Amino acid sequence: MQTLRPNIMSTPAEKLTKKQLKADHPTWCPACGDFAVLASFFNVVQKLGIPHEKIVCVAGIGCSSRFPYFVNAHGIHFIHGRALPLATGISLSRPDLHVFVFGGDGDGYSIGGNHLTHAARKNVNLSYVIMDNYVYGLTKNQTSPTTPIGRRSKTDPRGAIDRPINPMTQLVASGASFVARTHAAQVKHMNEMFERAILHPGFAVVETLSECTMFYPGAFDSGNPRKGGAFELVDEDTQDTGSTAAAMELAEDNAPGKFGVYYEERRPTKNELEWQWVEEAQAASPDLSGKDLLRKRFASMR
Amino acid sequence: MDTTQTPTNHPLRNAVIRLAGQSQDGIQSIGAFLAQLAGSTAQDVMTYMTIPSTISGGASIFQVHLGSGKVLHPGDEADTLVAFYQDSYDQHLHSLRDGGICFYDSDKVEELKEERDIRHIGIPFTSASIEAIGGSAKDRGKNIFVLGMLCAVYKLDRDRLVEIISRKFGSKSEDVLRNALLAFDAGYAWSVHDIEHMPFAPGENEEANRLSTDGNTMLTLGLIAGGCRFGAGYPITPWSSIMEGLRSELPKYGGMFIQSEDELAAIATAIGAAYSGHLAITGSSGPGLSLKSEALGYACMAEIPLIVVNIQRGGPSTGLPTSVEQSDLMQAIYGSHGDAPRVVLAPRDVEDCFYTAIEACRIAREYSTPVIILSDQAIATRIEAFPEPDLEKHWREPELDLSERGADFKPYPLDKITRHSPPGARSSEGKYPVVTGLEHDEWGHPSSNPQNHAAMTAKRREKLVRLANALPAPDFYGDEQGDILFIGWGSTYGPILEATDQLRANGTKTGSLHLRHIHPLRNGLGDIFHRYTHIIVPEMNDAGVYGYGQLASLLRSVTCNPNIQSLNKVEGITFRVKEIVEGATTILSKA
Repeated sequence: MQTLRPNIMSTPAEKLTKKQLKADHPTWCPACGDFAVLASFFNVVQKLGIPHEKIVCVAGIGCSSRFPYFVNAHGIHFIHGRALPLATGISLSRPDLHVFVFGGDGDGYSIGGNHLTHAARKNVNLSYVIMDNYVYGLTKNQTSPTTPIGRRSKTDPRGAIDRPINPMTQLVASGASFVARTHAAQVKHMNEMFERAILHPGFAVVETLSECTMFYPGAFDSGNPRKGGAFELVDEDTQDTGSTAAAMELAEDNAPGKFGVYYEERRPTKNELEWQWVEEAQAASPDLSGKDLLRKRFASMR
Repeated sequence: MDTTQTPTNHPLRNAVIRLAGQSQDGIQSIGAFLAQLAGSTAQDVMTYMTIPSTISGGASIFQVHLGSGKVLHPGDEADTLVAFYQDSYDQHLHSLRDGGICFYDSDKVEELKEERDIRHIGIPFTSASIEAIGGSAKDRGKNIFVLGMLCAVYKLDRDRLVEIISRKFGSKSEDVLRNALLAFDAGYAWSVHDIEHMPFAPGENEEANRLSTDGNTMLTLGLIAGGCRFGAGYPITPWSSIMEGLRSELPKYGGMFIQSEDELAAIATAIGAAYSGHLAITGSSGPGLSLKSEALGYACMAEIPLIVVNIQRGGPSTGLPTSVEQSDLMQAIYGSHGDAPRVVLAPRDVEDCFYTAIEACRIAREYSTPVIILSDQAIATRIEAFPEPDLEKHWREPELDLSERGADFKPYPLDKITRHSPPGARSSEGKYPVVTGLEHDEWGHPSSNPQNHAAMTAKRREKLVRLANALPAPDFYGDEQGDILFIGWGSTYGPILEATDQLRANGTKTGSLHLRHIHPLRNGLGDIFHRYTHIIVPEMNDAGVYGYGQLASLLRSVTCNPNIQSLNKVEGITFRVKEIVEGATTILSKA
């Protein structure tokens, strides 16, 4: 009776070129980690053959949240911290779309922290890339929720004193159904994590260490072999990625910690459950138009 | 309107019945049954209730004003009081007019030696209903017992009432219905020896198919008829019943309503659905609207079609969560940061909730703007009877426009009203728009160019100016020039109309104007004002530091008319007709 739920993949996808996907030149600082994230996103979207008009880039506020301007696709640049509930409205009301959310550690773990918990437990179908740089960059060097203790910033001139959030334990505990960790300097790995996140049905998050070369240079060198660190992978042959307990144990250490998929679970998405209700409700009176349904309701109020 | 009630054979034209008890006693259901009966028997009705802001229990009243002719207000004082407990008796006896009747539960209430001329009739509601239903029911049927008794006293349409009760309880178990009917019959048969029966004059309403329900229900159904299919909300009194209604109803119509983790998420999710090409709705009550304010500013900036319902209650802060007030008007018009024009509409009664919702949907769509519907606790919870809306005229089938956008597509053209291209819509040129809260140029690119910001600010303002030019004349009633012009908005409609009648009957030239369109205001209101010596704005908010209520302040600033004066009330209860008449008379006498 309604046409409000377009078919998934209703249009045949043509192979997208990088040129088609590129929009404004990014306004990020030279050598910012986010450039690599953008390039990786282009790669994966091209590879997966997602129809151009079905791509939606959603962001809140922050350097990384400028992302939608740099992608030539439908995009929405929202307010600080609320990208996830906005994306929830897009994803639930339009199951035909591929919803990508981009943001930083302040947007995701601080001002938007509550939404992260709830979008994760509801298993809203979307892919969320958190470009974590351990600092507030756009507002020029204040302490962020992931800033390590002792690190000096404009708001902690004597060094940070609050215990930082551990994104991985946080994400697993919230009920995200796909949780992975990658490093913006490891392009191949980042491609793989993004691809798996996009293909995962449900709430998929990739915590991506992305260096702020302006205010926190060297923050992730310990995870970068080229800078003398170690890029150690999660061994999925031995790691039980279906166990939250195993994921929590793996997540305890994140300096530099392991990279890869920490947790992966197929459970019904909110999208599936809500649309199932719609289908069943509509099946109860298949011959009635909306107008008739409302008339029936009026009749019960006489 | 004559509300005199006499225990003679003259048929009654009006009766105000106040039921006072505890919220769990089902006094709301008696009231609702009476209201539904009135609606289906050509009578008019308006109810008024108080709800304690406790989880269970607490003193509660339900007042029903039944009339053979038009009923515009829930009644200044009661003709009949039904008191279930000692404290309900003690607290509400004063609400009974001289010569009124008090029925009380003689199992629970000790009669006072009242000096006023009040007829006391003690009836053992509790033990009589236990006796009627049998031991296991405790005193659960006593509300229906009282309903039966009132049916006999007022000679109401018994068969129709039994039909309504059966419809209500029929879906539950047989026992429940049987017990209800036993209690009803017992109450009906109880002989009220020292009172003659007081039949009503026949109802005069000639419309067929009248509905009886409350304002939140009609607002919910109006949103559906207007084409809203997606939305999100967070529970808060008295808004919650709308979100409950939409959550249950929308799936049948192919849509959905989401319960969000907080108010901020709720509006964000609704904006997400609106961005996706649907007409979306969120809502709340006072404090919740404050929490939504930042995102509301975004919706103004990004020009998102969005319905935001605010069921006002007593404030500020948690304030009086279950009482009525009209103190969110300024918040609705101006709440947020920056210059963020949006539309504000206010329904005047239960029936008007339906049509206001439909108009809000139309305006949001046509002007690509957030529209706030400013209702209040009184309209939200009271029951009225009115003719069934004609859906041939008022139904709007929603559509999702995913057509390809051509080369000339710009989301924010300076010379036209914004039309978004929702995700999923192809672009013939291969260039896709970004919707943003940053100031932007016509293509949606961020721009801090000074001339651009001025031009875009004007663009967002001008569409409201365009709307103001297209608005219909507000509802006008009474003398077209003279001593007093009342200007009202929202739930004060009925009492103001009745006050207008009373003042005119006393020889005061009085008119009244009721505004549905609060922002923008219709052009040319000031010209009407000039025809009166006094312009009085009765509203349920504080006169503030400068002596003028919120609408009065706005009207003074718009029209520069020094004759605009305020009549304010902030007791958490609606205006009595008497208070408006006396307030206006005082203002006149000081002139």
